[in-house]
Amino acid sequence: MTALDALTPQAPPPAEVTGGGGAGPWRSAWRRLRRNPAGIVGAVIVLLFVLVAVLAPLLAPFRPATSEWFGEVTPTSVPGPSDEHPLGLDSYGSDLLTQLIYGARSSLVIGVVSTAVGLAVGALLGVLAGGIGGWVDTVIMRLVDVLLSIPSLLLAVSVAALLGRSPVSIMLAISAAQVPIFARLLRASLLAQRGQDYVVALRSLGLRQRRIVVGHMLPNSLGPVLVQATLTLATAVIEVAALSFLGLGDPNPAVAEWGRMLVTAQDRLDQAPWLALYPGIAIAVTALGFTLLGEALREALDPRSGR
Amino acid sequence: MAGARSAQAAPSGAAADGPLLSVRGLEVHYPIRTGILQRTVGAVRAVDGVDLDVPRGTTYGLVGESGCGKSTLGRAVLRLTEPTAGSVAIGGTDLLALGGEQLRRERRRMQMVFQDPLASLDPRQTVESALLEPLAVHRAEGGPSAWRARVRGLLDRVGLPSGAGAKYPHEFSGGQRQRVGIARALVLDPDLLVADEPVSALDVSVQAQVLVLLEELQRDLGLTYLVIAHDLAVVKHVSTTVGVMYLGALVEEGTSSGLYARPLHPYTRALLSAAPVPDPVAEASRERILLSGDLPSPADPPSGCRFRTRCPWVQPTRCADERPLLRVVDGHPPTQKVACHWAEDIEAGRLQPRGSARPAAPAA
Amino acid sequence: MTGVSLLDVEDLRVRFQRKGQPATTAVDGVSFSVDAGEVVGLVGESGCGKSVTSLAVMGLLPRRGTSISGSVRFDGTDLLALSPSELARRRGRDLAMVFQDPMTSLNPVLTLGRQLTEVLRAHTDLDRAAAKKEAVELLGRVGIPDPRRRAGEFPHQLSGGMRQRVLIAIALACSPRLIIADEPTTALDVTIQAQVLDLLTTLVRESGTAMVLITHDLGVVAGTCDRVNVLYAGRVVESAPRGELFAAPRHRYTQGLLAAVPRVDAPEGTPLHPVRGSVNDRLAWEVGCAFAPRCAHADAACRVPDIALSGPRPEHTARCVHPAGTPLEVA
Repeated sequence: MTALDALTPQAPPPAEVTGGGGAGPWRSAWRRLRRNPAGIVGAVIVLLFVLVAVLAPLLAPFRPATSEWFGEVTPTSVPGPSDEHPLGLDSYGSDLLTQLIYGARSSLVIGVVSTAVGLAVGALLGVLAGGIGGWVDTVIMRLVDVLLSIPSLLLAVSVAALLGRSPVSIMLAISAAQVPIFARLLRASLLAQRGQDYVVALRSLGLRQRRIVVGHMLPNSLGPVLVQATLTLATAVIEVAALSFLGLGDPNPAVAEWGRMLVTAQDRLDQAPWLALYPGIAIAVTALGFTLLGEALREALDPRSGR
Repeated sequence: MAGARSAQAAPSGAAADGPLLSVRGLEVHYPIRTGILQRTVGAVRAVDGVDLDVPRGTTYGLVGESGCGKSTLGRAVLRLTEPTAGSVAIGGTDLLALGGEQLRRERRRMQMVFQDPLASLDPRQTVESALLEPLAVHRAEGGPSAWRARVRGLLDRVGLPSGAGAKYPHEFSGGQRQRVGIARALVLDPDLLVADEPVSALDVSVQAQVLVLLEELQRDLGLTYLVIAHDLAVVKHVSTTVGVMYLGALVEEGTSSGLYARPLHPYTRALLSAAPVPDPVAEASRERILLSGDLPSPADPPSGCRFRTRCPWVQPTRCADERPLLRVVDGHPPTQKVACHWAEDIEAGRLQPRGSARPAAPAA
Repeated sequence: MTGVSLLDVEDLRVRFQRKGQPATTAVDGVSFSVDAGEVVGLVGESGCGKSVTSLAVMGLLPRRGTSISGSVRFDGTDLLALSPSELARRRGRDLAMVFQDPMTSLNPVLTLGRQLTEVLRAHTDLDRAAAKKEAVELLGRVGIPDPRRRAGEFPHQLSGGMRQRVLIAIALACSPRLIIADEPTTALDVTIQAQVLDLLTTLVRESGTAMVLITHDLGVVAGTCDRVNVLYAGRVVESAPRGELFAAPRHRYTQGLLAAVPRVDAPEGTPLHPVRGSVNDRLAWEVGCAFAPRCAHADAACRVPDIALSGPRPEHTARCVHPAGTPLEVA
């Protein structure tokens, strides 16, 4: 509303021109990010998740998926917490805490790799579409529309079904669902910038189109891409679990995986509900962490938010 | 319409004493497309047949209200918007005949200053790198160290404090940002600057600083300006020659002193009578010519004279059927040209406006 | 200044406190008054506090993070002391506001007639039919041709000037006693600006309404206001009747502004005298006159806190240690 908009131009940014520069856009974004409590919570969660995943062999009390204590599991009961096993055992007789810790590992690897692939392919398509335009744009965007019209999980299921059950096919499945997101994001960002004065100014200075796109428009799109990548990691973690849950996950039982832990916990929900609870919490908290961080990044990178 | 005008290339070759910028029959029409087949059903005639000459070292001021096509004209002159017809020559070179790579190299001779300096700068580039980049792209003489010295000298020349080069655009005040914009426009040592509303986004007290800077730069560097603005006082102050635009075409042109003292076209008169003056005495004593109605759509301009739908002096003959061309009127210098069939009769008072002219509200 | 005016703003202060940022004082002790039938101008550049002042008077500032002190007496009652609901009742009936941007101030999905009747029915006891009739009448009064047909149209079907007329019609709907117009013509072309200003002043003179006109344009002030308050960095730096302000400005800022503005009626070759620096320069200057860092006449005497508004006559005062017309040697 106009009445409140009137407030913003009242406080032009301070402009003491003495003293060194260095308040670059990334740096001021970082400053805003640090002031956002939700962002800090998100960042801490993400950091913990990454640390746990990377340091899993050091942190976990045992080796994963050994079924070492299979004898202690009976058809009617799963041993709960004990001195040796702080969270108890899983239904195959492996240490639950160890399984959870190693689960973070597979989630991180699959999430990061699939997002990276999705981003790379999507960004390339988006840049080609938005940077070249014309029929290239039309063809790419129709392709992307087709991809987008398939629900992402269904797309992932089809890819997994097509390529068989393997970690690679899970990654491909998840990144296939992400390609359209990044392609559209970048194309929209480039198109929005194409008419902006600064791009017109660069053209009038005699810069080549390629240099304008790669050297200026693309870096100015990085903010939204970074935000989207962070938010996409949250969905990727959930999708990895969902695919495993649907039986399309990594078939290797020696790899601990949160989604599969949920599946196996199902049979014993009445006797040992914590078997589902712990991986469920792990998935939810990790996704929440990435989401909080992504939203905080979005706010921090938005030049309209206060300095 | 374009066919009737001299659409051939501007004088070529010995351009030393000809105008630096010469525009003939310039048209920018945007097609209007509808339906899934994108059939062209008409055109927005943003610029519809403009001729103008700007001698080297002078300033041509283009005034008009929003939607008159003045900004489009400015961009078409620089080929930042593709003209649909006509010719634009700078120093004898026909810009519209140049291919992509030739045009790109020729761009160093003509630069633009924007209305919103912040929007015209890449937010992620320091001032120094924004100024160095065009030098590198055009492989200017000297090496990086010579370029850096040039950039430093230029920043100093436009009145920015030392250390400004290391800063980002958002760290400056509005006036300083515009100085950055001007420095960048000058970095390739151009002949022509097109300034589109160069001060309208700035605070009143800062506008004068930028206007004075532009004047000094013109004097020192021999620059030629095409200044586009809606503010009549700004245009009068900076211009040697002023052109008044209405609905895509010039309706009057003259030296700035001549045109403001004795405007001929009814639209120019209305504009001048409406321009506020910071002087209560002058405000209270002058006649206001109030225009009726709204600006017609440039997709469907009125027949004959484009201004006739709002003109207080509109006549039953000629106005609706003949498009008036710019012409010289007896008793006025040949530099003043007006596109009105009835200019003599209006000036002599033989024609009276339709009752809308009345004195401004009396002072209490 | 006698306290019997329709609107009396006394020592108004507005501070904004946003989380994690230092508090900023947007309005720093502003006082002015407006009589019935009078047009008073608040003039200044961006950041001078003119818009915040008007929003504070209207009670339209966000409550969170804003602290307001001083008094805003309208016909004897302090508006700052009223509850939000009491204030809302007054807004529209006694006080009305015209904003700069006529597009965002109108609801795009309601017809113009509907938007007018809504205001009328909220503040008067007219029935639907009577309110409709009155709405058409109002549109006619603000110079909209064919008002009956226009009442059934939507905002996007009108030009900018016409939309601003509709906003004025809405402001006038309940015959308010005070209209605050915040840059009402800044978004409009000059020819339309002249029409809208003409309309506003005529309406004020005819109905005895008071008006506060907020603008950055000295030309607009010269053509419309009776009294003018020049604001700089949240303070009134000069207050004078229109004629005197332009003929003999006292504050160096006012003087500087007038010398910096090009005029359409200036003889050829008239030089411009820019004011140096920018408003932000005050950051380095903590005490005393905020304009001093940009002023050619500033000296150590300008670094005194709380320079008062003063002048030979109470009608024309300036907050300046070295006002124009008094040679430096004497001061």
